[in-house]
Amino acid sequence: MTAAADTATSAPRQRSHPFGWLVVAIPYAWLAVLFLVPFAIVVKISLSTAAIAQPPYTPVIDIFGGIGAITAAVRQFAIDNYVFLTEDSLYWRSYLQSLEIAVVSTFLTLLVGYPVAYGMARSSRAMRPILLMLVILPFWTSFLIRVYAWIGILKKEGLLNQLLLSIGVIHEPLTILNTNLAVYIGIVYSYLPFMVLPLYAALEKLDDTLLEAAQDLGCPPIKAFWKVTFPLSLPGVVAGCFLVFIPVTGEFVIPDLLGGTDTVMIGKTLWNEFFANRDWPLASAVAVVLLILLVVPIVVFQNQERKQQEKEG
Amino acid sequence: MERRASWFNVTAVALGLAFLYLPIVLVVIFSFNASRLVTVWGGFSTKWYASLLQNEALLDAAWVTLRVALISATAATVLGTLAAIALVRYGNFRGRTLFSGMIYAPLVMPDVITGLSLLLLFVAVGLDRGFWTIVLAHITLSMCYVTVVVQSRLITFDRSVEEAALDLGCPPFRTFFVITLPLIAPAVVAGWMLAFTLSLDDLVIASFTTGPGATTLPMKIYSQVRLGVTPEINAICTILIGLVTVGVTGASIFTKRREVERRRAERMAAANP
Amino acid sequence: MVAAVGSVRRSFAPWNDPASKPFIEFRRVTKRFADFVAVDDLSLVIYEREFFALLGPSGCGKTTLMRMVAGFEEPTEGAVLLDGQDLAGVPPYRRPTNMMFQSYALFPHMSVEQNIAFGLKQDRMPKAEIAARVEEMLNLVKLKPFARRKPHQLSGGQRQRVALARSLAKKPKVLLLDEPLGALDKKLREETQFELIDLQQKLGLTFLIVTHDQEEAMTVADRIAVMDHGRVIQVATPAEIYEQPNSRYVADFIGNINLIEGRVTATAAGATRIEAPDSGAVVEIDQAVEAKLGDQVWFAIRPEKVRISLDAPLSGSPNTLSGEVWDIGYLGDVSIYHVRLANGATITATVTNQTRVVERPITWEDKVWLTWSRDGGVVLAR
Repeated sequence: MTAAADTATSAPRQRSHPFGWLVVAIPYAWLAVLFLVPFAIVVKISLSTAAIAQPPYTPVIDIFGGIGAITAAVRQFAIDNYVFLTEDSLYWRSYLQSLEIAVVSTFLTLLVGYPVAYGMARSSRAMRPILLMLVILPFWTSFLIRVYAWIGILKKEGLLNQLLLSIGVIHEPLTILNTNLAVYIGIVYSYLPFMVLPLYAALEKLDDTLLEAAQDLGCPPIKAFWKVTFPLSLPGVVAGCFLVFIPVTGEFVIPDLLGGTDTVMIGKTLWNEFFANRDWPLASAVAVVLLILLVVPIVVFQNQERKQQEKEG
Repeated sequence: MERRASWFNVTAVALGLAFLYLPIVLVVIFSFNASRLVTVWGGFSTKWYASLLQNEALLDAAWVTLRVALISATAATVLGTLAAIALVRYGNFRGRTLFSGMIYAPLVMPDVITGLSLLLLFVAVGLDRGFWTIVLAHITLSMCYVTVVVQSRLITFDRSVEEAALDLGCPPFRTFFVITLPLIAPAVVAGWMLAFTLSLDDLVIASFTTGPGATTLPMKIYSQVRLGVTPEINAICTILIGLVTVGVTGASIFTKRREVERRRAERMAAANP
Repeated sequence: MVAAVGSVRRSFAPWNDPASKPFIEFRRVTKRFADFVAVDDLSLVIYEREFFALLGPSGCGKTTLMRMVAGFEEPTEGAVLLDGQDLAGVPPYRRPTNMMFQSYALFPHMSVEQNIAFGLKQDRMPKAEIAARVEEMLNLVKLKPFARRKPHQLSGGQRQRVALARSLAKKPKVLLLDEPLGALDKKLREETQFELIDLQQKLGLTFLIVTHDQEEAMTVADRIAVMDHGRVIQVATPAEIYEQPNSRYVADFIGNINLIEGRVTATAAGATRIEAPDSGAVVEIDQAVEAKLGDQVWFAIRPEKVRISLDAPLSGSPNTLSGEVWDIGYLGDVSIYHVRLANGATITATVTNQTRVVERPITWEDKVWLTWSRDGGVVLAR
């Protein structure tokens, strides 16, 4: 459109929007109060000490108590909780194991998800929306229930063992449930749509004539995949990996239901500190450290998303 | 353009789908299991559905969950759409980087962190925890997903239609409701459904931000899973699955039929200029 | 019908009448975007009832200029006036202008009727009046049987007519047309061009059209403004633009042109002599030129004004060149001869094929003489 070319990048005229600033202000304010501020509070609580009180920590800053009350409270801050985290091996083992599980399961999810996304993208035009819907549909049914169903499949008397025993592949039931393997299966299962969707989006947009050009220039199909298709799908790969890796690090439900006593993931640790031990300050410290670990991936993810949006815009 | 899927592709997709649907199918099948045990088939029976109707605790939890989901999804859709408009239409306003950061972060933030931080906020300001704190938490989480969905639609939206409306005398505010909104409606609805599902499904955040009298269905299911599950859980899950499947399939068929209609009309029009 | 229109148009020349008031006026308008200047200190006057064309290549600023009339852009400097009123700060929905968009921009969720009625509804016109006006518009563009259809049920040409009807429904003071015929095929485009002229005359409105297609501008416009990089290079009627371009840019932009570079070697009352030793041309024309003796100028002559012949003219006469036929383009109605001069330059001569003879007397590699009359071309100083 020459019209567009002529007007170049004209910013939208907002002068005629008397309430324009509200459109930005309302969601901004909401997120600032309900997303940013809580993080500040978590940091503050992590510097407090547990107490048998309501709420179960001290000091409690009375936000209406004036500067005096606040400075008095601040003086009681201590980094004891953080010191404790470094001393007790449970915690840094949890962090390491969480990262390890997250990395491995991201990789596994990519391994399983890429062929599925690729197959979807190569299917006929009519099939694609149907396949897309089929992949999204499980996402719309309860996550908890699907994980719980895996218990029934993977346990000693479960369906998988029954099947394998009945066809004679094994003679003793396998112990899968309550091991790390079950956790991997559960994670790959639950996060598969998060990997498949961005991959599919990237692969579907691929220009087929590029592959034809590669073949025309003498490149066999498998090599063409690695030299042309895969590199061009990288934005989808990256998006998918972030969408899996970051939340999995703090995943709670799957290690709790499917994992064993030696599966110590940080999400579980945080939950236990909070609900079982009622140690809010310690739980907060755990959260802060987890956040610090994730800050770099999160910021990279945000930048990626922003760049993608700008490219498409 | 027509693509041919090799047998490898077809197998991959088929296996992938089988993997995804296996647990769901099992849940449904075992909701009709006469035996209480999840792993032994004792014959077909609908007794669990009957007993479900007597299980007040479970039904209460379902009702709470439904209300939370409806309210939070609707509010999240409004806020998320506003945020999407702000990001797409308002160029580089002050604080834009922070704003978009706040939008993308909750997408990947582990639930335990979000849940914990929100709870601590509510305690700090002295807000009584219960139904409404769960709603507030869910709105905050879901609005970001709505923003992403609506934003991608807005980016590809042809603005000349809005300019045409302005040119014909329609002020901007009214233009949004009469022209823009109807045309981005599918994305907004998709965003609502996404927000609804997230709320329906959430265990961790609800557990952190709940209070007395506000037990959601996932929380109830979770507590039962640790103790030993009755197939009533399967029954209520099957009902949910059924509702969602009917809803999503219905929506897909509806849109597909409209597409076909539309293509046919376009072809006819092109043939008779 | 066309004859009547033609006679009206022939006597319509408000730009020559010192008493006529400007209708649309651009006063020293500049428009700057973040990284470049789209419109550069531009002043232009358009009169009522004109069919005015803004012509230029992509990026010359013509669309920006039009959008400033519509209200979608505000000038960075200068003023845009409509009927004497400064339009600064007036939003598009309060201006008495309407635009026909390049992509038509029909509301996909509304029927043809509803699209046309949309602008009228914004003005709170009573329902009965709206219905009457919509019917009038539908009849005007001959789309009555399609009133209830939605845009996706219409062909490209039909959609274009809906866009036209919608933009005329409010009887605006000015109708702005943004490359409206680009998406149509050649035949339909030509038909629509004449329909537009017809419509404009019938309704007595002022039309401002933006186009990069010079044929289109020449066909429909009363006056054309040729633009380049945000500036107006020449504003004149199509005939003047074609036969009396004021610069090489305009001469080259419209149609085809031969340019011979040379120096002024003699000036007299109403006549000038130019010599171009490089090509060996001696040009004598009946035109007084502003350039002084010795200045570098360009002689511009249209291919159809160049006569080609196998016979040499009288020796020593001016306005002649000789060369070899390098290429011939046969277009059915005309033949285009590309003649190579001794210095390597090419002159184009177009000849109408007035007989049906297929074997032409002049063919490739023939030695030919090109001649032109003393008033066949113009001299350009820039």
